[in-house]
Amino acid sequence: MSEHFDAIVVGAGPSGNAAAYTMAKAGLNVLQIDRGEYPGSKNVQGAILYADALERIIPDFREHAPLERHVVEQRMWLLDEKSHTGAHYRSDDFNEDKPNRYTILRAQFDKWFSRQVRAAGALLITETTVTNLVKDDAGRVIGVETDREGGPIYADVVVLGEGVNALVGQNAGLRPELKPQHVALAVKETHFLPEQTVRDRFNLAGEDDGVVIEVVGSVSSGMVGTGFLYTNKESISIGVGCLISDFAETCIPPYELLDNFKSHPSVAPLLKGSEMKEYVAHLIPEGGYNAIPRLTGDGWVIIGDAGQFVNAVHREGSNLAMTTGRLAGESIVQLKAERKPITEANLKLYRDKLADSFVMKDLKKYRRIPALLERNKQLFTAYPKAMSQALQMFLRVDGTDKRSKESAMMRSVKRARGSWLGVATDMFKLMRAWR
Amino acid sequence: MDAPETPTDGLNIVVCIKQVPDSAQIRVHPVTNTIMRQGVPTIINPYDLFALEEAMRLRDQYGGQVTVLCMGPPMAEDALRRALGLGADKAVLITDRRFAGSDTLATSFALATALTRLGADHPVDIVFTGKQTIDGDTAQVGPGIASRLELNQLTYVSAIDTLDQGKGEIVVRRRAEGGVQVLKSKLPCLITMLEGSNEIRRGSVADMLRAARAELTVWSAEEAGVEDVMMCGLRGSPTVVKRVFAPSARDEQAEMVTVEGKQPAQIGDAIIDLIFAAQPKLEADLSAALN
Amino acid sequence: MAAQPPNKKPAGRAGMKKELPEKFRSYKHVWVFVELERGKVHPVSWELMGEGRKLADKLGVDLAGVVLGPKSDETRQAIKETYHYGADVCYICEDPALADYRNEPYTRALTDLVNTHQPEIMLLGATTLGRDLAGSVATTLKTGLTADSTELDVDDEKSLAATRPTFGGTLLCTIHTLNFRPQMATVRPRVMAMPEPDRSRSGRMVWHSLKMDEADIVTKVLEYVADATTDDANLAYADIVVAGGMGLRVPENFRLVTRLADVLGGEYGCSRPVVQKGWLPADRQIGQTGNTIRPRLYIAAGISGAIQHRVGVEGADLIVAINTDPAAKIFEFAHMGVVADALTVLPALADAFERRLGRRAMAS
Ligand SMILES: Cc1cc2nc3c(=O)[nH]c(=O)nc-3n(C[C@H](O)[C@H](O)[C@H](O)COP(=O)(O)OP(=O)(O)OC[C@H]3O[C@@H](n4cnc5c(N)ncnc54)[C@H](O)[C@@H]3O)c2cc1C
Ligand SMILES: Cc1cc2nc3c(=O)[nH]c(=O)nc-3n(C[C@H](O)[C@H](O)[C@H](O)COP(=O)(O)OP(=O)(O)OC[C@H]3O[C@@H](n4cnc5c(N)ncnc54)[C@H](O)[C@@H]3O)c2cc1C
Ligand SMILES: Nc1ncnc2c1ncn2[C@@H]1O[C@H](COP(=O)(O)O)[C@@H](O)[C@H]1O
Repeated sequence: MSEHFDAIVVGAGPSGNAAAYTMAKAGLNVLQIDRGEYPGSKNVQGAILYADALERIIPDFREHAPLERHVVEQRMWLLDEKSHTGAHYRSDDFNEDKPNRYTILRAQFDKWFSRQVRAAGALLITETTVTNLVKDDAGRVIGVETDREGGPIYADVVVLGEGVNALVGQNAGLRPELKPQHVALAVKETHFLPEQTVRDRFNLAGEDDGVVIEVVGSVSSGMVGTGFLYTNKESISIGVGCLISDFAETCIPPYELLDNFKSHPSVAPLLKGSEMKEYVAHLIPEGGYNAIPRLTGDGWVIIGDAGQFVNAVHREGSNLAMTTGRLAGESIVQLKAERKPITEANLKLYRDKLADSFVMKDLKKYRRIPALLERNKQLFTAYPKAMSQALQMFLRVDGTDKRSKESAMMRSVKRARGSWLGVATDMFKLMRAWR
Repeated sequence: MDAPETPTDGLNIVVCIKQVPDSAQIRVHPVTNTIMRQGVPTIINPYDLFALEEAMRLRDQYGGQVTVLCMGPPMAEDALRRALGLGADKAVLITDRRFAGSDTLATSFALATALTRLGADHPVDIVFTGKQTIDGDTAQVGPGIASRLELNQLTYVSAIDTLDQGKGEIVVRRRAEGGVQVLKSKLPCLITMLEGSNEIRRGSVADMLRAARAELTVWSAEEAGVEDVMMCGLRGSPTVVKRVFAPSARDEQAEMVTVEGKQPAQIGDAIIDLIFAAQPKLEADLSAALN
Repeated sequence: MAAQPPNKKPAGRAGMKKELPEKFRSYKHVWVFVELERGKVHPVSWELMGEGRKLADKLGVDLAGVVLGPKSDETRQAIKETYHYGADVCYICEDPALADYRNEPYTRALTDLVNTHQPEIMLLGATTLGRDLAGSVATTLKTGLTADSTELDVDDEKSLAATRPTFGGTLLCTIHTLNFRPQMATVRPRVMAMPEPDRSRSGRMVWHSLKMDEADIVTKVLEYVADATTDDANLAYADIVVAGGMGLRVPENFRLVTRLADVLGGEYGCSRPVVQKGWLPADRQIGQTGNTIRPRLYIAAGISGAIQHRVGVEGADLIVAINTDPAAKIFEFAHMGVVADALTVLPALADAFERRLGRRAMAS
């Protein structure tokens, strides 16, 4: 006896959950399959949750979702070996009724989200890996095969929210293999500290106030990459990620990068005395707009990381995942309501909705950034160092007159790039890519 | 809620399973000595899986049904659903604020009461429990249930040799201290399964779908048949935890044997020197025993 | 032990005033159950006798041993030794039905004895027999029972404070039995020190008869397969244990472990993933979900030392760890460490022991 569903969603990450929730809520018969022991058991994120994307799916999520802290302060650090140059922005405005960003722990958040999905009526089976897609003679996707006994499971549409590796889609020939320069490898640790210590170290008044630190510079050892440090309730998430292609080239082990980051004089005191519990590594699709694969076909649709929907510049991923999941879900619901088959042609609905959303608009805007960064590594090495040297000169009172200091500072910036032309080119390229 | 339907023939087996925090993930805060529960996932007590598998094997051989029974907070539903996905037929959760703080005596009371209700229409033939839990770790709940229900108690069972439904007889192998007892007993009985006695199966797609769809039976204390709530939870528990603390870390560090620049044989000798220096009597005893 | 999360205070109970109900006020003296199986006393009984003596002295009461068994020379010998190890009194029930351990007659005998003679504290070994019996007896008496205690004491109010590991050894908790008697606890073998026997001691005997016929007893022992006659691992009682973990990489390398165990006349074991991979049978697993071992020497090769493994080996007198990773957790509780490849060190160690102990390895 094989079963038939309106939709099968592969994956119970933010994208899969958003899709399954949207469809189940509208009354579709949805089966969701995840290979983890429970939803989120193996999922990795920094993790910042952007409220807006979730609010559009579950408006009152703040009342029951497991949120760690809402972000009241953002720090941006340029790191060199011994210093950091930083900009901090903190505002009491972030202590609003409905805060905009939260830190979360994915294991807990995904579990909660999944409970909402099931309450909405979707069926979930875990510890089950989808091994392949089942196609009919015409090449239409009609179901999935799993690693459990009992044959294929059928559905009108398979929604692939399987995350960055996207092996199912790849094996079925729906999308090409990932390219090393399009994926970053991130390693992350969770460091436990008493709640009060976290608040004291980051100068947090409110019980749920939190701080985010985003880091570029020596943290990536010359590779294209960034580091981060987020405050949770009674832990700190710290991580660093760089392009796979760079790791391959430099042969720097990822954990070494993280160890260096943790022992940096600006970071070590924040972690002092903590107990490291969780060490994880995960991929992030960072190819941007140009790396997005084909997203729809007869009986299938791709959402979330599987579709490369990550805005690496702004460190947004889960919100793109939830939004693409929701839009795919809404499209399928609409097609079903109109009794239209879920074909490549009809799924134009999803592609249009995407093109109209911030997801595609943002990725398009930054489409030049990935290639730019890859080809201009000096952005990650020279400038942070120059900045640090310049500021140190500026701040040190040592009998040198200010004018000499200023020109020395300028020289140090120029030296960083070899020539003023180089600096100007970098600035120009960066601005053009940003536009 | 109504009791799940019981089979008209075949064995009526109940397996008690507990949802426990995955001890691999428990952290004790180094300074405050309190448990840091943030994000500690829960699992089915690993010992109980041996009991569940054995129960399902009996069912597959003799017919009947396997019900999993758990006392715990509402979220223990996850454990029960997981057991259904592994192939159990029915699941019953008994959950009530008044069960909170139960020690083994109160736990066995609550479970025994629910078992009585489960056996109201068709008596329960075999109750299975795990050898012990990994959080409570007492191995007392099984014997406690058996005493309360006056079931024949068969603990530390490594194998079920034969089962004769007609005669109501069962022959099992029970691990004793210096050997294995082959015991013949009668149904109804309570069996606590030894670890490693079998390997839990992987449910099929159909099992997983059935588990995902299943309506669990959820009973409050009263629904489970408890008449005297004073016998439940903290009030029904004669033992009281007075103090919880982390074990003190060992003071001395491990003595490290240097290996740099040494041949394997030298390393071997160096280790042995250290071992015998620490345990002088061992050398004499070893030579005596071996020669 | 209460099953509530240990970081929450048992609401209103811990601070509750102890008021022993009238009927329990007459309960006095410390009892130790002497575990006699097939003519042999389990050593844990004497370890408990030593501990019971200390508690009895603190309370200023008698220490009693309870000996259940068939009428036999071995039973008589056990009674004698009970005094040697510190008992003032011996409660004895001799009956052919008690020849082999079975729950029914043992529970009956022990509960009857308790109800008649009313001890305030009763200790049993946390063996398969002791745990089987203690669980039944405590439930029948409706009293509290603390399992697997590692430390026993009496507090200012003269009540038993039993400390035991919980959450897989990550925490310890101290448990009291309020308002009920006797206060019962089981203790694992080799946790308490073995006292020196005093062969000159003797004491009172109190006889009790089992009010039960063989015909009343449902469970029958068909056969007893002693471990010596089987291949089964006897890790728990081994003096020397050599174990390997995932660091050995392939099943073939476990030959190195068995060879060293052979040379030392010890047992071999492994960590859990080794069993899960099917490289060694389940009875070889050491740790929380396997065997607890208390050998005089434990050699762990290629084992990382996860907490679940640690709790099973911590009782060893001497732990020697071989691991390539200097940061491996096992070095946090091992007494001796070697940061090196187990595949080199294990054979080197076997050779070195052979040289030292002057003996060739038995063919294996
Ligand atoms: C270190 C790090 C930090 C990050 N920080 C942030 C941040 O701060 N903010 C942010 O918004 N984003 C962040 N991201 C990105 C974000 O995590 C992802 O964009 C988001 O998780 C994508 O969701 P998803 O549902 O597409 O995929 P995933 O979350 O990866 O979920 C995929 C799911 O599919 C399941 N699955 C995969 N294959 C199969 C199969 N064959 N069969 C069954 N199930 C399968 C997996 O078990 C998993 O549950 C970060 C990522 C990393 C790695
Ligand atoms: C509920 C539960 C119960 C459990 N119960 C048990 C239990 O009873 N017993 C148990 O053991 N585990 C148990 N575990 C598993 C436990 O958490 C660990 O996963 C397990 O002990 C790890 O086994 P390991 O040390 O062999 O493997 P790993 O953790 O993989 O460690 C291998 C070690 O070998 C070292 N190594 C690698 N190569 C070499 C070499 N050439 N020479 C020397 N060293 C080398 C490595 O540095 C590493 O430290 C349980 C887990 C759970 C969740
Ligand atoms: N709350 C519970 N719900 C169901 N079964 C339980 C519960 N507590 C203990 N058990 C069973 O009793 C066995 C022994 O538990 P314990 O005495 O806590 O070591 C376990 O393996 C379970 O089978």
